[in-house]
Amino acid sequence: MIEKFWNKLTGSQLCKSIFRHGYEDTTRNRALQVRSNVFLHLHPVSVPEHAFKIRFTWCMGGITFFLFLVEAFTGVFLMFYYHPIPEFAYHDMKYLEFDIPFGIILRNIHRWAAHLMVFTIILHMLRVFLTGSYKPPREFNWVVGVVLIVLTFLLSFTGYLLPWDQLSYWAITVATNMMGAAPFIGHEGPFSVVNKYNDIRFVVLGSTEIGTNALLRFYVMHIIVLPAAAIIFMAVHFWRIRKDGGISGPL
Amino acid sequence: MTEHSLNSNVTRRGFLRIIGWGSFFVTLGILIGGTMRFLFPRVLFERPSTFKAGFPHEFDRKDRADENGVFEVYEKWKDEHSACLVREKNRIYAVHVKCTHLGCTPNWFADDRIFKCPCHGSQFHSNGVNFAGPAPRPLDRFGISIADDGMIVVDKSRVYTSKDFDKRGAYLNV
Repeated sequence: MIEKFWNKLTGSQLCKSIFRHGYEDTTRNRALQVRSNVFLHLHPVSVPEHAFKIRFTWCMGGITFFLFLVEAFTGVFLMFYYHPIPEFAYHDMKYLEFDIPFGIILRNIHRWAAHLMVFTIILHMLRVFLTGSYKPPREFNWVVGVVLIVLTFLLSFTGYLLPWDQLSYWAITVATNMMGAAPFIGHEGPFSVVNKYNDIRFVVLGSTEIGTNALLRFYVMHIIVLPAAAIIFMAVHFWRIRKDGGISGPL
Repeated sequence: MTEHSLNSNVTRRGFLRIIGWGSFFVTLGILIGGTMRFLFPRVLFERPSTFKAGFPHEFDRKDRADENGVFEVYEKWKDEHSACLVREKNRIYAVHVKCTHLGCTPNWFADDRIFKCPCHGSQFHSNGVNFAGPAPRPLDRFGISIADDGMIVVDKSRVYTSKDFDKRGAYLNV
C-alpha cells in the first residue's frame, strides 16, 4: 500500500513538475538534473577530480559564499526587530541582545560571519593570486572578484553604523570625513569643485552631519542595494568559472 | 537613390534611427540625472547654525590665566553645539570642538588645561592650538558677535581657520 501511495505521489503532475528528473545514475540524467535546476545551473555539470584537492583551492570562495548566505539569512531575522531610527537603533540592538529569545546568538552570528567573510575573501584572493588563477582566460573573473571584495567591504562599512553606539558613530565620523577630503568630489579635498551641501560626504550621509538620514541611508544600502549588487556579481562570478574552463587546478 | 531628401544626406531610416536612439538616451539621461538629484534633499532637518551664549558679563575673567593666556574655557554648549567659549584677557572666541584631523570631538580636561581627541590622540592647548598627535592645525573657531539684545551670538556657519583668527568676527573684544 505504501508503494502504491509512493508511486501515485511521484507520478503526480505536481511532483513531476518540481522534481523533473529522477535518480537514474547515467551521465545524461545527471546533466539533465543540473540543467533543469535553477539553483544548480550555475554549477558545472561535472566536477573535475582536482576540484576536491582542498590544499589547492582552500575552498575559500565557497566558504565566503556560504558566509554570505549566513549573513542574508540572519540579517532578515535581525530586521524583524531593528528600527533604523536614532531613537530606537541602539535600544533595539540591546533588546536583541538581552531580551529577544536567541537574539544574542543571532546578532553575534551576523557579526562574526561578517568579520569572517572579510577574512575568507582575502584568503580566497590570496589563493587565486598565488596559484596564478587570475591569468587568461580568467582575467575578467578576477575583475569581477575585485568588485565583490569592494562590495563586501562596503557591506561591512554600512553595517558598522547600524548599532548606533559610540564606536559606530565615531568610526563613521572618521570615514565620512575622509570622504570629505577626497579630491574634486569632497568639499575639503584638493581641487574641490563642491561645497559641503553637495559633496560625496553629503550624498552618503543625506545630510551634513550623521543623523536620521545617514542611518536610514546606511540601512537601505546594507539591506538591499549592496546585497542585490553582490548577488548579481556573484552570479556572474560563478558562471564565469564554468565558462573559463572550470575551477582552476594544479597544472 | 529614390528616397526624398530635403537638402540633406540624412536618409529617412537614418533620421528615424537618430530620433529613436536620441529619445532613448535623452530619457536615460533624465532618469540618471533625476536619480542623482533625488539623493540631495531640498530641506534638511538640522539644528540652526546660530545660538545665543549669554551676555558678555557672564564671562568675566577669573583670577589668573594659564600659560596660553586663557582665563577660562566654557564647555556648557559643547554637547549641543560642539562649541566651547574661551575667555582671554581682552577677548572671547568660540572654539569649534571638532578635531582637525578627522572630525571627532576632543574632550576638555580642565585640570591639565588641554583638549584631547579620543580617536587618534591629538592634543590641543586651551586656546585650541595643536601640540601633539596627527591634527594638522589648531581647532577652528566660529563666527562670534553681539546681537541687538546685547547677547553673544555664535554663528556656526562662519568657520575661521587659524590663519583668519585675527580677522573681525572671529573674536569678540571685551
